[in-house]
Amino acid sequence: MAEALTKSREPARVARWIKVCRPEDIPELGARVIRRPGGDIAVFRSAEGECFALLDRCPHKGGPLSQGIVFGRSVACPLHGWIVHLEDGCAEAPDTGCTRSFPVKVQNGEVLVQLSD
Amino acid sequence: MKKMKLVMVGNGMAGARTLEELLKIAPGIYDITVFGAEPHANYNRILLSPVLAGEMTIRDIMLNDVDWYEKNGVSLHLGRKVAKIDRRARKVVAFDGAEAAYDRLLLATGSNPFILPIPGAKLEGVLTYRDISDTNAMIAAAAKYKDAVVVGGGLLGLEAANGLRTRGMNVTVVHLMEWLMERQLDRTAAGMLQKSLEAKGLRFLLKTQTGEIVGGDDGRVKRVKFKDGRELVADLVVMAVGIRPNTELAESAGLYCNRGIVVNDTMQTYDPRIYAVGECVAHRGVAYGLVAPLFEMGKVCANHLAHFGIGRYSGSVTSTKLKVTGIDLFSAGDFTGADGTEEIVLHDPEGGVYKKLVLKDDRLVGGVLYGDTVDSSWYLQLLRDKQNIRELRDQLMFGQSHLGNSGHQGQSRAVAMADAMEVCGCNGVPKGVIVRAIKEKGLFTLEDVRKHTKASSSCGSCTGLVEQLLASTVGGAYQPQAAKSKPLCACTDHTHEEVRKAIREHKLLSISAAMRFLEWGTPNGCASCRPAINYYLLCAWPHEAKDDPQSRFINERAHANIQKDGTFSVVPRMFGGVTSSDQLRRIADVADKYKIPTVKVTGGQRIDLLGVKKEDLPGVWRDLDMPSGHAYAKALRTVKTCVGSEWCRFGVQDSTNMGIELEKSLWRMYAPHKVKLAVSGCPRNCAESGIKDVGVIGVDSGWEIYVAGNGGIKTEVAQFLVKVKTREEVLEYAGAFLQLYREEARYLERTVHYVRRVGLDTIKKSIVEDADNREALWARLKDALEGEPDPWKERAAGKDREEYQALAEPA
Repeated sequence: MAEALTKSREPARVARWIKVCRPEDIPELGARVIRRPGGDIAVFRSAEGECFALLDRCPHKGGPLSQGIVFGRSVACPLHGWIVHLEDGCAEAPDTGCTRSFPVKVQNGEVLVQLSD
Repeated sequence: MKKMKLVMVGNGMAGARTLEELLKIAPGIYDITVFGAEPHANYNRILLSPVLAGEMTIRDIMLNDVDWYEKNGVSLHLGRKVAKIDRRARKVVAFDGAEAAYDRLLLATGSNPFILPIPGAKLEGVLTYRDISDTNAMIAAAAKYKDAVVVGGGLLGLEAANGLRTRGMNVTVVHLMEWLMERQLDRTAAGMLQKSLEAKGLRFLLKTQTGEIVGGDDGRVKRVKFKDGRELVADLVVMAVGIRPNTELAESAGLYCNRGIVVNDTMQTYDPRIYAVGECVAHRGVAYGLVAPLFEMGKVCANHLAHFGIGRYSGSVTSTKLKVTGIDLFSAGDFTGADGTEEIVLHDPEGGVYKKLVLKDDRLVGGVLYGDTVDSSWYLQLLRDKQNIRELRDQLMFGQSHLGNSGHQGQSRAVAMADAMEVCGCNGVPKGVIVRAIKEKGLFTLEDVRKHTKASSSCGSCTGLVEQLLASTVGGAYQPQAAKSKPLCACTDHTHEEVRKAIREHKLLSISAAMRFLEWGTPNGCASCRPAINYYLLCAWPHEAKDDPQSRFINERAHANIQKDGTFSVVPRMFGGVTSSDQLRRIADVADKYKIPTVKVTGGQRIDLLGVKKEDLPGVWRDLDMPSGHAYAKALRTVKTCVGSEWCRFGVQDSTNMGIELEKSLWRMYAPHKVKLAVSGCPRNCAESGIKDVGVIGVDSGWEIYVAGNGGIKTEVAQFLVKVKTREEVLEYAGAFLQLYREEARYLERTVHYVRRVGLDTIKKSIVEDADNREALWARLKDALEGEPDPWKERAAGKDREEYQALAEPA
């Protein structure tokens, strides 16, 4: 059963790189949101200029991570203060749970996020 | 670079904690080797008594098992005692010949039980009470033999006696002094303790000196003879007459020892490569035998081993709890009293409660609690912070829970609660979950419990209960941290006060400058310290410091309140709670135009528009054309008023206009936390001035000003500050008080907590008695607010546009 499900989903998962903005459109130690029917995506920028993309839903109670305070490579969820790691979308221990993370690259002055629908 | 080598001798609680701290702050800088004389990894020695009493097992009390050492790359030598330190060759040598070279050596050799130098002390069946093997030997003896004598009526002796009694032995405790636990208890408390222990079946011989232990033909103990000629039959003798720092190894290596290995405030011995922590240490002439100071030492030592070089250990105020089920006992500080001290005593022999608090110069200096230790954490905190308790004095004896709490059904005794009962009403955490987490995860601090269970991490009103659970579960290992020396957050060792001082004295104008100057431990702080520093900068250097929106919580960044679904709420300002048909019409139009689902009247006499989409905020503000209500900020929120003398037939003062005037002079004022005011036009006080940060009440002859009230988690009645005649004076006194609060309170500290911390007297001295200072404070506040813009107006006109706009949806 589980195998059948995975197989049937495989062909639909086409990954594509989407241009979202220029790096400077995202505030340093801040984030911007991409509104999408499949769930908003938060794009973060660290102090070193690295960009990260997560589903804009905290694994705790679905808070909008894009609105949190960014520090190091983490964001503090604005609703209840969970710390979520920007690289993998996982909550800092002892909390557990992960939100989806998306590959990001900066190319020719553009931030690209890899979406797989 | 080749890693440095760290060798640790002694694998007890102090040493292992130091390693944990070190690995946390500077993983991977050392190759670490540990020698432990015992065959076990690190366990919680304090919990040996519950093990002896059969309430826990050895497995329950393990803190770091062998896997932990392996996982952290520490090579662990168990059951290997170190014979000598070769300081010249910088290596240690074990009795079995094993060697380890070091660049840094950490001694954590603990202490040894003291053995009375009397005949028979070495007979079989004579034990001390120190480690797992002693405990196992006692458990084995209890299964086989009948009569036990425990020499020593101190903490350890009584716990041993209780454990043996629980396992069915006839136990007599022999004590040299006039009463039990004389170093922790006064005669009255000790008498009550003795009575309860006698009720459990223990027997006592006080003022009795042990002379000789007599063995039988089998070489096992048979009888104990006392100096006064009496004798007792015994097939088990436990010597619990005290401990001595284990300095043998250090002394043989020529390290300076004086009733302990002598260390400085960085835990360094006289050999700079060698550090020492724990019970083996003498710091400023004191050797500690309790675990809490050891943890503090470990933290400081780790900081220095990690080359940070900023921690200092300056000694500890310790307290004692007895871990005997059914007996609540607590003692701390100077409980006997001396010249210049006063005592507050409550004694209820029938109810089994005795409390003595010793005060000196309006400060708590010591105390003994018997039978009811609910408030021990609070007393210890007052003691360590040396807080002025003059205003608390009449309630002090009745404890903190007496001051009123909400959210956990008025429970104030954690011990009496069932496991399923809720402790934390905000996060729905029952008692059982907290206790289990403390035991299973080896938690020792309030912070740990907050992280793991979320209990007490929201409103904090159950903090007292959680502290009680910690205290009753881990015993003396739990010590509340002194707030005075508490670092601002985990990114630094500096306190709030140190950070503010640096910002003021060195004119630091940005967060990055402050972090650089104060050598912050993280590259850009965390969600706790950045908002605090941002506030401190703006408060110290208005118009000059750079505000950092990314260091503000979303509400202050977006100037609206985030709601659980990610939408925002908008509360326009209505000065003094007065509005007009025009404003109401605009509010109604905005609600329609932006399809705002909920419109609600707030507790502060304003109107709240709930469910606004972030993208709509600038438009909503433009259409409202009303000033920001700052209902989202750590700032002046509202000035609530009653209608006053203009309309009310009882009113004696024009409270409405006084309120409007106050609000017009104070709005846009950021503060350490939210600030709420109220003005009532007569003592009937319809604006509820008694529970506000500043409450003003009109009386026939002028205005009474009250400060530091609070209607939140704990209802706190505001305290009378001063009575004045004119409206100008109301503005000046209220403004001066708020500026003082802005300059001195810690970030996120409400006025009630700030005033309780510094004392109302201090406030009165700077505001009521010192007119120059009052004027200066008021002038500084006016200066800070001068030209401060209305954030809504700016944003309605286009400022920070990107903050409110989503990125274009990708094609």
